[in-house]
Amino acid sequence: MAASGNLQGYAGSARLRPLELLPWVLAIATYFLAQGYLALASYVLIICLFALSLDLIVGYAGIVTLGHAAYFGFGAYVAGILAVHCSSDPLLGLVAACLASAVFGAATGALILRTQGLALIMLTLAMSSIVFEVANKWTGLTGGTDGLQGVPIAPILGSFSFDMFGRTAYLYCLAVLIVGWWLVRTIVYSPFGRALVGTRENAARMQAIGAPVYLRRLLAYTIAAALAGTAGALLTQTTQFVGLSVVGFELSGEILVILVLGGVGRIYGALVGPVVYIVARDYFAKQSPDYWYLGIGILLMLVVLFARGGILGLVDKAKARFS
Amino acid sequence: METFIASVVSVAFHGLAYGMVLYAISVGLSITMGLMGFVNLAHGVFAMAGGYLVITAMAWLGLPWLPALILSCLAVAVASTMLERWLYARFYGASELEQVLFTMGLIFAAVALARLAYGPLPHAATLPPMLKGQIELAGRAFPTYRVFVIITSAVLVALLWIGLERTRWGAMVRAAVDNRGMAQSIGIHTSRLFTLTFAVGSGLAALGGALGSDLIPMTPTYPFEQLVYFLIVVSIGGTGTLRGPFVGALLIGVGDTACKYWLPEFGSFFIYAATFGILLWRPHGMLGRA
Repeated sequence: MAASGNLQGYAGSARLRPLELLPWVLAIATYFLAQGYLALASYVLIICLFALSLDLIVGYAGIVTLGHAAYFGFGAYVAGILAVHCSSDPLLGLVAACLASAVFGAATGALILRTQGLALIMLTLAMSSIVFEVANKWTGLTGGTDGLQGVPIAPILGSFSFDMFGRTAYLYCLAVLIVGWWLVRTIVYSPFGRALVGTRENAARMQAIGAPVYLRRLLAYTIAAALAGTAGALLTQTTQFVGLSVVGFELSGEILVILVLGGVGRIYGALVGPVVYIVARDYFAKQSPDYWYLGIGILLMLVVLFARGGILGLVDKAKARFS
Repeated sequence: METFIASVVSVAFHGLAYGMVLYAISVGLSITMGLMGFVNLAHGVFAMAGGYLVITAMAWLGLPWLPALILSCLAVAVASTMLERWLYARFYGASELEQVLFTMGLIFAAVALARLAYGPLPHAATLPPMLKGQIELAGRAFPTYRVFVIITSAVLVALLWIGLERTRWGAMVRAAVDNRGMAQSIGIHTSRLFTLTFAVGSGLAALGGALGSDLIPMTPTYPFEQLVYFLIVVSIGGTGTLRGPFVGALLIGVGDTACKYWLPEFGSFFIYAATFGILLWRPHGMLGRA
């Protein structure tokens, strides 16, 4: 949908443009200027990574999923359970959660991606419901509805401990997000990324010119699951808590909304969406959560009806008008 | 042995009642998906609207239960035609992502409106005294209301099947499901047909939601929480048919009741696992056509 318009816009050259550094300048400025809000800001960075992983499969590979929170939650629980039972080293937990989510993503994706259309959407929904039910009922391991509280976490590399102001947590999340962003950006500009766009636009034609469509999509799905799991692990480590809300259907829906709000299939939509959505939610939802959801529902319908490129699509339109 | 038989009968009975409610709600979803190829995640909104409107009609207009039920189904059917004409029709033939997002926006807005109007706690309509109490059948007692739910739904199902198999409208719907372009070119006014069918489906969903508010309690998050069940019924049965979701609804109704009765520690795990398996085995549903 929205993504097809910017094939020239962003894919023209793989060289890093100065504007692409703007998010990171702003992120570092946030660290110095908004010290009281670093916990919220860390959460925004984590959701950015999660949205980025979703953009890879929804925006580029064209796989509509209603169950992406399953991988986020899977990574979150792996990191939490590992920290409680084995080692509280954060980097070890992060790598373990990333690999475990990749394996889980490859296994489930291998089944899910054999179908298409409604069956595919339903399989993602059923898969995430199964993960939710396991997390809900296997109380010995996951803590059930109480979740895992007070997950222990050691200092990063043995020297940077997590402080109560969230400074270390913020920089830690930022570093991981930058790595994730660079990875997704490299993938998108690579021949593999172009092939993904091809499968999104016309899978039959890609198959006809000899591209292994199923394997390409599976690889993208696996990478997305690994990134989502990594984001989940970050959430566990920075909040020292894992609850059922990380695997719920609501989160799968919400992350889609966030991505669409920012703009699908253009990488930076995944960085703009979470900032706008979470900051707005933090402000409005405190005053009236019901009006917040009403507003977000209406906004979503309006975006789909009139502004299919999301916020960044509107920016593009405005730029085209003034130049 | 006697207690085992009693529990089997009880599970079958309550599963049947649940399955019938699921069918009444989901059949409209199956038809609209088959007819318009539209992934309507917001179908549960109509069921919720039916349930809440009955309560409102009884409280505000002072209507007895049955007229309130009929009135609210008609109201939902009429409101849905407007929704279909003005909004849904824009998305026929659009990508799945757009349909999913649009209907999700509708759910968000409906959930918020329901919570603003009715508060977060579950509601139930006051039933007429005739439907309370129990009925003796073959030496066992059954709740009257659920017997009523099963019978009413069965009558509706029969009417719907007759309507679709024996009437001119039914023949046109079946023709449009099979091949929309062909149906259009031989002079069937498909967009009017869509609107009418959509209204019937939404009205049935409202009826199912209102009748079933005793089994599936009315809370503002209803469209979100029950969505998975409606979609499962439709997708494992097969879209665009009447029989598919019937089999799916009975399977899920009885299966879910049985799992919750005998294996409560697993919750809905087996239902989801079965859905996953069935969809892998037959992606178009058990009775669906490829």
